[in-house]
Amino acid sequence: MTRASLALVVLGPFALLGLATVLTWVERRLLGLWQDRHGPNRVGPGGLFQPVADGTKILFKQDWIPPFADRSVFILAPVIGMMTVLLSFGVIPLTDTLWIAGNLNVGLLFILGMMGLGVYAVVLAGWASNSKYALLGGMRAAAQMISYEVFMGLSLLGVVMLAGSFNLRTIVSAQAGLWFIVPQGLGFCVFLLAGLAETHRLPFDLPEGENELGAGFHTEYSGMKFGMFFIAEYAGIVLISALIATLYLGGWRGPWLAPALWFALKTGVVVVFFILLRAALPRLRYDQLMALGWKVLLPLSLLNVMATATVLMLRATP
Amino acid sequence: MHAPIPHALGLLCAATTLVGAMMVITRKVVVHAVLYLVVTLLALAVVLALLGAPFAAALEVIIYAGAIMVLFVFVVMMLNLGQADSARESEWMRPRAWLGPALLAALLCAELLYALPSLLAPLPPPFAGPATETPLPPAPPLFRLGVHDVGLSLFGPYVLMVELVSFLLLAGLVSAFHIGRRRAEER
Amino acid sequence: MLDTLRTVFLTFLHSFHRRATVQYPEQQPYLPPRYRGRIILSRDPDGAERCVACNLCAVACPVDCISLQKTEADGRWYPQYFRINFSRCIFCGFCEEACPTYAIQLTPDFEMSEYARPNLVYEKEDLLISGVGKYPDYSFYHVTGIPIPGKDRGASERERPPVDLHSLLP
Ligand code: SF4
Ligand code: SF4
Repeated sequence: MTRASLALVVLGPFALLGLATVLTWVERRLLGLWQDRHGPNRVGPGGLFQPVADGTKILFKQDWIPPFADRSVFILAPVIGMMTVLLSFGVIPLTDTLWIAGNLNVGLLFILGMMGLGVYAVVLAGWASNSKYALLGGMRAAAQMISYEVFMGLSLLGVVMLAGSFNLRTIVSAQAGLWFIVPQGLGFCVFLLAGLAETHRLPFDLPEGENELGAGFHTEYSGMKFGMFFIAEYAGIVLISALIATLYLGGWRGPWLAPALWFALKTGVVVVFFILLRAALPRLRYDQLMALGWKVLLPLSLLNVMATATVLMLRATP
Repeated sequence: MHAPIPHALGLLCAATTLVGAMMVITRKVVVHAVLYLVVTLLALAVVLALLGAPFAAALEVIIYAGAIMVLFVFVVMMLNLGQADSARESEWMRPRAWLGPALLAALLCAELLYALPSLLAPLPPPFAGPATETPLPPAPPLFRLGVHDVGLSLFGPYVLMVELVSFLLLAGLVSAFHIGRRRAEER
Repeated sequence: MLDTLRTVFLTFLHSFHRRATVQYPEQQPYLPPRYRGRIILSRDPDGAERCVACNLCAVACPVDCISLQKTEADGRWYPQYFRINFSRCIFCGFCEEACPTYAIQLTPDFEMSEYARPNLVYEKEDLLISGVGKYPDYSFYHVTGIPIPGKDRGASERERPPVDLHSLLP
């Protein structure tokens, strides 16, 4: 391992955390913009230092573990949430030759696996808090994330079939002529929705559902442990956006600009779109969420897989 | 094996697997046991990856650790076990209860250890020349079990198994649907 | 589905709308004269206190944050002390409605933050202003029938002189 790549491994996560922190500010400003108000604009130029202020506040808050909670699991949960997101980033190609960790052959599967483990953060937080609201939030999260992981994996299969590999770099290279969003429009839509549900963002943020569950699974969390959940959620948004950019929008490819810049640009656009969805759409009811998943998205993703396979076979046999 | 570091890593992971498995059966709180099981599965996945089967490792993480174990946790959460269950669990943890099974397991383990060398030895080196030449050529890298190979073997030699399993799953699906529907009508 | 997309698009269009926020400390919002803010006690046009310590405001107050004590001087009633706890006041304006003398009035001022809660208990010195507030010409003792030094019974505005019980004339 060269020194540069070692530095990348060490510094990458920190850069990512910084990015996620800034994203909290970006989100609040954008929500403000779309609701005809300003958002935080006082601390620093345009409110840019708001995350610093928030971070400082969260650091100095009392870090309270409820006496009725399961101590070790209670502490473990936010760590899991953070780790899985950070690990997933390791295998996403930033440019043709740049990764945080390395070019994994089964990169896509690795990320899916990490997302699967990410469920534990939410579920365990809900269980360990030993309180009704947190438990309900945790249960909802478990059901929601397991169901949506299924469609997420299935919707990705189309991309994998077209590229013929689970390797993210190969997938990006396969989009040299045409971004996969064109032949895989359906898969893209399903993946987008599943991604929203995986990161439990509005309109799918039932695990948190403020108006009926307090704050859902992190009701009992405070201080830096809450901060970890918070940052992990935003890092998760960046992750899903980066994945969408990689899988459907041609990754680092693009004319004129530097590859890394293209990648950042595409990811940014998707992130902004996520925030726009949050500003525009109301939260679904729980049964609607499940019905949408199993009755609409699952058939759609299966259809997508079948159609892609058929087209590929027809093309292969002239 | 080849380089010493993966070897050490593999041993470490194997040890983790063992310790994790021990912890699974000695925990009193069910969720803790399930968590240790997850750790065991993850360590197993790393072992698989080190052995050159990254696809199997990824599937292990996604399916077992990521989906099935979450379901376990889910069910445990729904059951809402309390102090009484913990007490009963400690009752079961008495030596009297586990001594017999442990002895049997130890016997099996010893047998396995005895049989292991004979299982490992007779594999002919795949690329060694006609059994004469001076020292063997450097050991070829382990066969990397990729997605392609798994797919081919699933739909090649094992196609009957796959079909049978799919039947089983379908049956499970239909019965689950049936049970769920009956409940909905009774309400 | 189409509706959802339309919602998203319409929300996006809001990026080009004017923002409704008033940047408060730099940009003061317009407050109408009858805005219900900080409470004051006003005075007559001749400079005497209007409040006659009738306790009607204290009774009307839904959160019981007014407290006062009556005292008398020169045949007039005064509040000996008059205390409003602004940390409880909800600025409903009921006290102003109840007051028969227009003494207690709400003003268009709300900038009364404090670091310590006790500082929000305003005493009579803090409440009493030297002006007439919203009712420049009104003077309670000049319209009421109560005699005070310098104004006998029947000398108020629009008041007839008292009937002389000993006279037979109409
Ligand atoms: S404004 Fe309402 S709450 Fe405040 S002192 Fe007057 S009556 Fe009481
Ligand atoms: S302020 Fe008005 S209502 Fe209150 S005691 Fe004085 S005169 Fe009466």
